[in-house]
Amino acid sequence: MTTAPSLELIGFTKRFGAMAALDDVSVKIEAGAFHALLGENGAGKSTLVKCAMGYYAADQGQILLNEREVTIAHPRQAHDLGLGMVYQHFTLVPNMTVLENFVLSRGDLPAVIDWAAERRALKSFFETTPFTVPIDTPVADLAAGQKQKGEILRQLYLKRNLLILDEPTSVLTPDEADEVLTTLKKLTTDGQITIVTITHKFREVNTYCDAVTVLRRGKLIGTRPTSELDNDTMAEMMVGRRETRSVVERETRAPGKAVLKLEGLSVADSVGQLAVEDLKLDIRAGEIVGIAGVSGNGQRELVEALAGQRDAEAGRMLVHGEVYTATRPEMVRHKIACLPEEPLRNACVAEMSVAENIALRSFDQPPSSPDGIRLRRSPMRETARKLIEAYKVKTPGPDAAIRGLSGGNVQRAVLARELSSEGDLLIVANPCFGLDFAAVAEIRARIVQARNRGAAVLLVSEDLDEILQLSDRIVVMFDGKLALETDAAAADVGAIGRAMAGH
Amino acid sequence: MDGTDLGLWGVPLAMLAGAIRVSTPFIFVSLGECLTERSGRINLGLEGTLMMGAMTAYGTALLSGSPWLGVLVAAGVGLLLGALHAALCQLPKVNDIATGIGLMLFGTGLAFFLGKPYIQPKAPNLGALDLGAWSSISQVQQALQVNPLFLIGIALAFALAWALKNTRWGLIVRLAGESVDAALAIGASVGRVRLLATAVGGAFAGIGGAFLSLYYPGSWNEGLSSGQGLMAVALVIFARWDPIRCLWASLLFGAAGAISPALQSVGVTQGYYLFSAAPYVLTLALMIATCSPARSLRGAPGELGAVK
Repeated sequence: MTTAPSLELIGFTKRFGAMAALDDVSVKIEAGAFHALLGENGAGKSTLVKCAMGYYAADQGQILLNEREVTIAHPRQAHDLGLGMVYQHFTLVPNMTVLENFVLSRGDLPAVIDWAAERRALKSFFETTPFTVPIDTPVADLAAGQKQKGEILRQLYLKRNLLILDEPTSVLTPDEADEVLTTLKKLTTDGQITIVTITHKFREVNTYCDAVTVLRRGKLIGTRPTSELDNDTMAEMMVGRRETRSVVERETRAPGKAVLKLEGLSVADSVGQLAVEDLKLDIRAGEIVGIAGVSGNGQRELVEALAGQRDAEAGRMLVHGEVYTATRPEMVRHKIACLPEEPLRNACVAEMSVAENIALRSFDQPPSSPDGIRLRRSPMRETARKLIEAYKVKTPGPDAAIRGLSGGNVQRAVLARELSSEGDLLIVANPCFGLDFAAVAEIRARIVQARNRGAAVLLVSEDLDEILQLSDRIVVMFDGKLALETDAAAADVGAIGRAMAGH
Repeated sequence: MDGTDLGLWGVPLAMLAGAIRVSTPFIFVSLGECLTERSGRINLGLEGTLMMGAMTAYGTALLSGSPWLGVLVAAGVGLLLGALHAALCQLPKVNDIATGIGLMLFGTGLAFFLGKPYIQPKAPNLGALDLGAWSSISQVQQALQVNPLFLIGIALAFALAWALKNTRWGLIVRLAGESVDAALAIGASVGRVRLLATAVGGAFAGIGGAFLSLYYPGSWNEGLSSGQGLMAVALVIFARWDPIRCLWASLLFGAAGAISPALQSVGVTQGYYLFSAAPYVLTLALMIATCSPARSLRGAPGELGAVK
């Protein structure tokens, strides 16, 4: 097997236009370390590792691999040196099988491929790895956890001995994450590989990492062994000040009348199978109903049906007692706001500007449009400027394309648009996915604020802590059906966990 | 016609004959488009390539006396047109749909313009193999007169399917079609792969054109293709980008095209033109049935976008 290398990045600086994404950052990663890279969104973690991998050309910086200087101008050079990267998104080609993906990425193919021999070779390789994935399944048919395992296995298959992981567990369940990380940890302690991981999860840092490097706004804050750090210190290093602003006080208030009623709602998924089956649920004014569950149990399809992205197969949705079919006029009339997951894909037009995206709900009403036909730019830009200010959206300006914003800032921009209308019904899905602490606290506070002023909130989240923290009432979805419904005050976490697992 | 009267059996027999005769251009064009689209590019210009192939094949056969030389020239012209499409698409901010439509009109127009002198004279035809010699029924003998290009087309479908799965070349074509990033990561030049795939796809379409003018219908005129090149492009989607399914779909379209003459041969003369429209209706019906937006297009190459 290979031996783990050490990696030192010295004096990295990278500018995008006037903004310094990295400012003289130096990190030393010991051989065989499990090294965490912490920082808020936009702190420069991804930029740093992309420079190291040759995706970006750094303006300044020197790379030492095993204490020898190397030049990495292109990802292929990084690969040849044994550096590999695993991303938050998947890079395996969906329409090809695992075997085809692995063999292809090797790059040194013979003119005609001996699939029998390749299959044997991969099978015997999988006997040496702690977890495996099905060899002949098209990657499109694998679950998220299996895909991420496949990504990591492919790096090992390609004999990469320095892995850079960019939030590798964000798509995994806690159990899957533990399985993957335990294995990787063992490979590092055996001295086979060195790992640099970008993460937001302190639990994973505490359990698996040896050392932590913290970046803030492109600057190095420090590198320390994990044993010297506690969560408060790490959080302070990341955000630069004690973030005491926790969730807004929830007012005690009795829930009002039902705003949203789901009557036997069934929704099919993209393949045509029922993802949501005969769902009955009421959401009342002034309460947050949290839908817990492992992803893939129908939550996505439910939100898409409510947002008008997917038709219901059977059943009805009622808002304020009227049948609701998720059309734009209905959403305006009933004051429905929606913050779906992956807002850049589901709630934005990526190529349009921040101002235009913020105006998507109101561009055809005064003052943006005096008559529903002509559009007026300046009120749009004015509204956007106010909301950018109020929701602290970090953007070069209202006219910048929203595609260029970081994930957390896209989330803030969409939240600004959706909450500014003071809706009666707020539908939120995984609002804090992949965001840093400050952003998480702020977004959660805004959701509770909406509830406090009397909005009915449907919160779909894969993060059980978020559900427990925010909800007045908790329901668990399993296999498209309601597996459990309980008051948050009386919630039994064990029972919720069992319901999520289908017991 | 001194054949036995087969009664209604004549209809399926005539459709089989039609499937064999009419399907060949569909096979070649759809395989060409299949290859092109698997590399991540759409070439809507194959209708024009088909016409250029038909015209140049006919002209070459007429002037040289060798129909097979005509086939070769048609393939060469197709190769050049395909390469032209690929080269244009590689320019920045060029849309492959728009370029394809442009080249379709260009190819058709150029074929009409250069083909004017070939409308009257009769060029030598590609021969046929008599695979029906065992039968005493003349209709069966006629139906089983098979042109070698048909057999080559079948072989090509299987060869292409095998190559896409088992060769380095085939895998890199698929990778270029599925994920540009992944292709770049292994050092493949996506532009070159697509250039080659589009050019070879064009050559296939050119051969399909040669079949039209040199075997069936076997003459050169401006209404020769009547949209077969475009139908073949639609057929690739129906066949889910699988060469073998392209073959079956082509046979189906060929059989549908033969409904009308088949019915006429048994005395059903009403609605001749209506039945002639069968392949077009079939195209529409299949597209509606198989390409509903509610279902995901499984098998569609990942990089195949309508708009880049």
